[in-house]
Amino acid sequence: MRGGTAPMPLADVGDLSWSWNIGADLQGLFAYHFMVNAFRAGTIVAIAAAVIGWFMVIRGESFVGHTLALVGFPGAAGATLLGVSATFGFFVFSIAAALIIALLPRGNSVRGFSEESAVVGTVQAAALASGFLFISLYHGFLNGVNALLFGSFLGVTDSQVLTLFVLGAAAVIILALTGRPLLFASIDGDVAAANGVPVRWLSSLFLVLLGVAAAEASQITGTLLVFALLVVPAATAQILTPHPLKSLALAVGLGLGITWAGLTAAYYSPYPVGFFITSFAFAAYLLVRIGQGHPWRRAFQHEAKQAPA
Amino acid sequence: MIAAPLNAAPGLLHMFSHPFIRYGFLAGTGVALACGLVGYFAVLRSQVFTGDALSHAAFTGALAALAFGFDARLGLFGVTVAVALGMGLLGARGRADDVVIGNVFAWLLGLGVFFLAIYTTRRSSGNGAAGPAVLFGSIFGLNAGSARLALILGLATAVVLLALARPLLFASVDEAVAAAQGVPVRIVGLVYLALIGLAAAEGAQVVGALLVLGLLAAPAAAAQRLVERPYAGLALSAGLALAAMWGGLTLSYAAPKLPPSFAIIALASAIYAAAALLPRLRRVVGQGGASPP
Repeated sequence: MRGGTAPMPLADVGDLSWSWNIGADLQGLFAYHFMVNAFRAGTIVAIAAAVIGWFMVIRGESFVGHTLALVGFPGAAGATLLGVSATFGFFVFSIAAALIIALLPRGNSVRGFSEESAVVGTVQAAALASGFLFISLYHGFLNGVNALLFGSFLGVTDSQVLTLFVLGAAAVIILALTGRPLLFASIDGDVAAANGVPVRWLSSLFLVLLGVAAAEASQITGTLLVFALLVVPAATAQILTPHPLKSLALAVGLGLGITWAGLTAAYYSPYPVGFFITSFAFAAYLLVRIGQGHPWRRAFQHEAKQAPA
Repeated sequence: MIAAPLNAAPGLLHMFSHPFIRYGFLAGTGVALACGLVGYFAVLRSQVFTGDALSHAAFTGALAALAFGFDARLGLFGVTVAVALGMGLLGARGRADDVVIGNVFAWLLGLGVFFLAIYTTRRSSGNGAAGPAVLFGSIFGLNAGSARLALILGLATAVVLLALARPLLFASVDEAVAAAQGVPVRIVGLVYLALIGLAAAEGAQVVGALLVLGLLAAPAAAAQRLVERPYAGLALSAGLALAAMWGGLTLSYAAPKLPPSFAIIALASAIYAAAALLPRLRRVVGQGGASPP
């Protein structure tokens, strides 16, 4: 995420303004190696986060994904304190937290009050506070806080891209192999269990995959903004089409579009990448939600329903 | 490790000779009272995530005010209470699902970063530590005036909540019966949302926008584990929040490497963990008569 070797693009501002000469602009975009790496990393992350996020939204585990990303923050800050790559810290902490959640006994709500959300809130605050402790122990790192929390595309190294690729590809392949029973178990757990699907085992495995996806998304959007890549593409695609494979492909497409547009906008402006990615994601979701309730669409659906009859 | 507190002990006696410690304790007392009392009802009414959302709004509000050259507190309180009331008014039409809430608040945070970038690049007076200060608090950086204001606002929040406690409790436990008995459920809920907004904005000044959730949730959840009766629980929640606040500030003074917001949240989480593990511990020791269901 940060690295002293990356050339800062602020030196020659002349090359860096958006000219609406799209060909030249796109060439300028890839003039620096760090930007090529940013796009490589962004592409890997967008695909992995969209695919795993698609299952997460179906399973209603959005806040688990958010919590796993937040737990990555002290991991990344601690890794920086120890002199290890922040990427390493993100993955170790997010996956470890996923394993712990998977091993915990399922909550049987004996008591009347809503303690579960209070526990989640306490764990989140404690994780963020520990991350802050590591950061303040590591002096002179205050700009790094913003990069860890809100994302950064500067200084992604080749080895980080490789790490992201290997882990992301492994997670997506495992998900592809278990996709059918997992979808079955997600939609109707009881029937799936009756049909011999190992529901409990699959949900634990999925939590680990979610930990990988949360850590990957944190690399681009930062710990606090993972919703933009993990939830929004999937939620938007699921509104547009109920067909599983189509909406999965659509989610990947949306994730890639949001990430590429966000990186491009951040490159040609002084504002942070997290702002652009969340804004584009929110705009896409809002457009689809508004379009969904539009009278034209309802009339169209009405006609479509009548036509076969 | 053992030697450090012993060495610090004589120093602790002189802790209050430092003005910044006095201001920290003044502001912290108001914040802890407000968060402890408001948080109790947040847990009771399952509105913890509302508190989370409002603390995000506090971050964006404070940085928006800074970016446009106003006092951060103006944006902090104004935006947080406005978002709280907006959520209350929208919530009456239909409950938003977690995907919608997550979307809106990820975007709100993104907007906050945008304002942070404007503040740090455009304003010559802007400093790079503004973002971390809003996110993680800067209680030892308060001056006399802002400490007094934080204390007064915290006490005011606490007094309004206590005045509202009876109808709010009734409405929280059984909304339909309360409405039938003539309790103005909607208005009570709306005022309570504004109080969460005030508590979140208050807490954001002391422990920061990201950590205020811990101060709202942990003491309240611990109190509800320890005590069944609501008013005793309410008092205990405020007491535990105060204990975490005073203990955290003292700890941070004794060990300057620990940032105060970390010490406060760590103590609050430890109090909750102790309260959650206490019954299990008793059962292991074998004194608990009740068998688990």
